[in-house]
Amino acid sequence: MEKRFSRGFSRRSLLGLAAAAPLLAAARAAVAADDLGFNELYGKYGVLGLEFSDKVKKLAGREVAIRGFMAPPLKAEAAFFVLTEVPMALCPFCSSDADWPDNIIVIYLHRKQTFTQANETIEVRGTLEVGSWKDPETGFVSLLRIRDAAYQAA
Amino acid sequence: MRKIFAALVVSTVLAGAAQAATVYPLDRATILAGSPFDFKVEFTSVVKPEDVKITVNGQDYKTVLGKEVQFVAEEKNKDKLLGSAVILRGLTLANAGDYKVEISAGSETRTVTWNVYGTGAAPKAKNVIFLLGDGLSVAHRTAARIMSKGMTEGKANGRLAMDDLDRMAFVGTSATNAINTDSANTMSAYMTGHKTAVNAIGVYADRTPDPLDDPRVETIAEALRRQTGKSIGIVATSEIEDATPAAVVAHTRNRNDKADVVGMLLDVKPEVVLGGGSAYFLPQATAGSKRKDDKDFIKLFKDAGYTLATDKNELAAGANANGLLLGLFHPGNLDVTLDREFLKKGTVEKYPNQPGLVAMTKVALDRLSKDQDGFFLMVEASSIDKMSHPLDWDRAVVDTIEFDQAVAVAREFQKTHPDTLIVVTGDHTHGVSIIGTVDDEKPGTEMREKVGIYAEAGFPNYKDENGDGYPDKIDVSRRLFLAANNGPDHYETFRPKMDGPFVPAIQNEKKEYVVNEQYKNVPGAVFVQGNIPKSGDSGVHSVDDVVLQAAGPGSEGFKGYMEQSDIYKVLADTFALGSKQTN
Repeated sequence: MEKRFSRGFSRRSLLGLAAAAPLLAAARAAVAADDLGFNELYGKYGVLGLEFSDKVKKLAGREVAIRGFMAPPLKAEAAFFVLTEVPMALCPFCSSDADWPDNIIVIYLHRKQTFTQANETIEVRGTLEVGSWKDPETGFVSLLRIRDAAYQAA
Repeated sequence: MRKIFAALVVSTVLAGAAQAATVYPLDRATILAGSPFDFKVEFTSVVKPEDVKITVNGQDYKTVLGKEVQFVAEEKNKDKLLGSAVILRGLTLANAGDYKVEISAGSETRTVTWNVYGTGAAPKAKNVIFLLGDGLSVAHRTAARIMSKGMTEGKANGRLAMDDLDRMAFVGTSATNAINTDSANTMSAYMTGHKTAVNAIGVYADRTPDPLDDPRVETIAEALRRQTGKSIGIVATSEIEDATPAAVVAHTRNRNDKADVVGMLLDVKPEVVLGGGSAYFLPQATAGSKRKDDKDFIKLFKDAGYTLATDKNELAAGANANGLLLGLFHPGNLDVTLDREFLKKGTVEKYPNQPGLVAMTKVALDRLSKDQDGFFLMVEASSIDKMSHPLDWDRAVVDTIEFDQAVAVAREFQKTHPDTLIVVTGDHTHGVSIIGTVDDEKPGTEMREKVGIYAEAGFPNYKDENGDGYPDKIDVSRRLFLAANNGPDHYETFRPKMDGPFVPAIQNEKKEYVVNEQYKNVPGAVFVQGNIPKSGDSGVHSVDDVVLQAAGPGSEGFKGYMEQSDIYKVLADTFALGSKQTN
């Protein structure tokens, strides 16, 4: 049995988002979201490719909530950020944007929110999208995305 | 006094104007006779083609170089006009000697001298095993010896395999554009005989933004294909497209062009390719791919005749088979020895059957030694560097022990194949030293006070009761204390990182690296203020010389101080790459 809960913001995070919290988001806040964990993304790891877990396949197109860390935006104008399991240096060993771990989720926000410190755990909610997709502006290829998303401190 | 000063200023200005054009290969380049290279002149202004004058040793260049240059009226970086250029690709100079190249166009002039060297007519050795510890510094060696063999009353209780090589040299690793250096330009110097710029491989770094159009020089793999029938092997614990293994075959201004490097590997088709980095072989639609196109290099390699191994069992099963072998054991870098064999951290749970460097080296030698013409094998212990960057010294030292065990495998091979030159070296160094021990038994709770220095350091209490060469336990109560002389803001925890590789700093929204709070609450952790720019994510390479050691025929060429590019000359001479050995 998966834990389900209401997608309501706490009073503290409402204050944090202040006037930025739109009516629409407040309305959608009542929609139930399925919890998803970073250790539940893939069912099989292999040198010749990864396989999404049954849970991810089942939740595709549905509202999910996942906790992680916000990596700094790739570019200031990028419409997305990368959510990682642990706080990370962009590329700990070299200088390429390509050296991300495989378990990342690209987050497209419903509306602009300010960057949160990379040391802080956040919870992201939105619609899970599954499958390879290249961001048309940056060329960044992602396998898992959460669209129409909002986040708050966890 | 004033007059002299004024005169100096004038002469400096004149010299500046007279030397404006840039020529590749650079002044004092050393070039293997008969090896193809690209010649390029970059003018700082737009010049007329009829004004460009090039002479070589006083003669019109076409007489000596045998080909005509291509004139580029305007080179641009986006909208910025850079100037005119001339390019001549795939030039060769067959005869050894100095070549004085004089160039002028309008007010711009430049003179450079290249030294073209030949080699002996007969090879000194049939095989070369080139073992490289990425970032291998003196502290890594000393720590590996103490950790692996122990020390009693100031004398080592045993010797590393690399302690018994016969000859050595100090190697200067600086890049063409800075005293500091990275794994791209350093390995490129070893593998081409030309120094180049940081991040560049198999090319001189020109001014145009395209990383794939820079003036090329020949790699050792290409030279071996051109002149010999020898087999080529590349073994690394990193992604096989990473700078060091890439430099055996590749040409790019930007080492991060890993998807392109895969194609360059396929162009050369080394007989044995073992390492990580499968993500760059997979078409973009495959989950886990890091390509941005639909090319399936797993299929392309198989179509080219390669057998594929994806874990250590498949590697062992094909150890004695014939034919081309591609072993890809991780989508990224292989996990390091401490995680792979002992702690089971990192990504070992996801990829539990990765082989280590020793197993890969053995298989490579088994297969390559079947070639009657001999072979060149490059073996890289990649993660000595990859763990030194994040200041994870325990992981770096354990990987140094593994590297040494691969050296031991090579030395065993050499006993039965004495016509083999073995070279053991690093590509650059790290700013690290062993300064004593950390002793948990010292009084108090402050970890800083438990650092044993001078006589208080005593000796560490690592044990190796199973005789595998590795300490049975890494987190012993009195352990080596290695300290970095540079780094980003971080917490010093005075302990091995038992939960996985250290991540000292993470990036904030201003692209500055700030301390990783994850280690804040480790008992006794001390905040260490960074001393490099905040854009730096980890400890940096140092400019210190590398110690190179060698044994076997040809090793007498290594001595004293050598530029990194001169190491190639010794390899070329050992293999007599100046003379054709195939029919």
